[in-house]
Amino acid sequence: MTKDNCKKLVIDIISDIAPDEDLSAIKPDVRLRDQLQLDSMDFLDIVMELRKRHGIEVPEADYAQLASLESCAEYLTPKFQAKP
Amino acid sequence: MKDSHYDVAIIGAGMSGLAAGIRLAHFGQKVCIFERHNTPGGLNSFYSTAGRKYDVGLHAMTNYVAAGIKGTPLGKLLRQLRIERKEFALCPQKQSLIAFRDCALRFTNDITVLDTEVATKFPAQAAGWRRLGQTVRTYDDVSLDAKPQSAREVVARHITDPLLTDMIFCPVMYYGSAQERDMEFGQFVIMFKALYLEGFARPIEGVRVVIRVLLDKLRTAGCERRMKCGVARIIEEQGKAARLVLDDGGEITAGHVISSIGFAETMKLCEPSHDSAAGANTGALTFVETISIYNRQPAEWGWGDDSIIFFNDSDRFEYARAKEQVDIRSGVICLPNNFDYGGANLPEGIFRVTCLANYDRWAHLPEETYQADKRRWFAEASRSARRFLPPVDDAVLEKALLATDMFTPRTIKKFTGHINGAIYGAPNKIRNGRTHLSNLYLCGTDQGFLGIVGAMLSGISIANYHVLQGSTGRAR
Repeated sequence: MTKDNCKKLVIDIISDIAPDEDLSAIKPDVRLRDQLQLDSMDFLDIVMELRKRHGIEVPEADYAQLASLESCAEYLTPKFQAKP
Repeated sequence: MKDSHYDVAIIGAGMSGLAAGIRLAHFGQKVCIFERHNTPGGLNSFYSTAGRKYDVGLHAMTNYVAAGIKGTPLGKLLRQLRIERKEFALCPQKQSLIAFRDCALRFTNDITVLDTEVATKFPAQAAGWRRLGQTVRTYDDVSLDAKPQSAREVVARHITDPLLTDMIFCPVMYYGSAQERDMEFGQFVIMFKALYLEGFARPIEGVRVVIRVLLDKLRTAGCERRMKCGVARIIEEQGKAARLVLDDGGEITAGHVISSIGFAETMKLCEPSHDSAAGANTGALTFVETISIYNRQPAEWGWGDDSIIFFNDSDRFEYARAKEQVDIRSGVICLPNNFDYGGANLPEGIFRVTCLANYDRWAHLPEETYQADKRRWFAEASRSARRFLPPVDDAVLEKALLATDMFTPRTIKKFTGHINGAIYGAPNKIRNGRTHLSNLYLCGTDQGFLGIVGAMLSGISIANYHVLQGSTGRAR
């Protein structure tokens, strides 16, 4: 699992929970909230889908780590790599 | 039947219960919805009689916005339930009317139409109307912990003309207020946005389209559903809902219980009983609705412009329990033919009239009197409503009439279990859904998000807040 793969998995999730958003030009280092219309319900869904699809747990204290695509990759890639 | 354990048990298969079930099952919770009736939908359901399909509840779906407008309740709902917009097949209204004795305000799904109407007919109130709009737009109406305040008081800071005040309140109250004469301001904001800032739409086939989509999602998500099997008792042990006794005598246990059947209705199921809490927060507002089916399109009689008409002929609009069986001074006309179905239309003309009623005056009548009173008030309500439509000869309508039906407060009680036939439930809403039992929550009408979009969002919010968020290790 590379950081790029990880970003792609996150984008896949966002495209399913917010199919009305244009995800073709997301800037990885800008907060997702600032370039897409995502609210706290949508962020909960990103967390829930990570668990459902990939068995990755994100405790609520770490939600801030999911702010941008870059920070998602930074935070999640080791979790993917640690999976058996 | 085999007794069993669920992560979550949901009481009631109305819009909110179905939505909660979809959310929870989608994320792997073992969920079952228990519904006493044989049809899902709750207060927004459907039935067939004499080969004809009828909707109950839904006149129009509120909160309608065009595709591409984000951040509104409809958009949130579609996302949260993974529903594609086109699945609901929503067709927007043409226009609607607030028709009082000497003044009418037209509104559409474009708020600037109503802005102009207010500015033209109430020029002295135009600035206040703008300020009220700003107040509503910036109010956080989805907060689960907001302090209650009187909508009358807040509106009075901006609007001083009593006629305009009544005209603004009339649709907002008719489409969602559980309180007589006033509303909690948060509730007012939800309805103001849902009706005026957003708008009306419906699928050409009515509410069954919405329910079909929800049932389909529910199945895909793997949620169980037991129809004709309500929950008879909630057994309390150590401050929790420990067991649920079902109508069929079976017992189940659940980690969480979400009840959509109403606050007082839920309290009455609890053992030990919570009757006094129930009594202190029981709604009294109920309605009758008449339905007339014609073999002509309403447009042929000049009734083709308005989708919904909110009418009132008294000096001050009074939203309160009717003193007689029905209060025909005000009401709501729905003409489902008058939506923009893109060239198509319903095969028959439908004319629905809703008026405030009095549960006690309907509840205990002998069958013969009940039927006679229904016929009498059917005629009275229709006649009162027709004063706000272009005149058509009685004989012409009579000749075109194919069928009629009517629901009363008694019908509502029978099919939904709502005490007093109170469609909008308890006057005081429980926004965070909490009850005296730590794992029993309320969603739906008595949680307080209104309209059918609101009801679904209520189920979603309570499922998210009390079950899903907690499951990600949140310390509360």
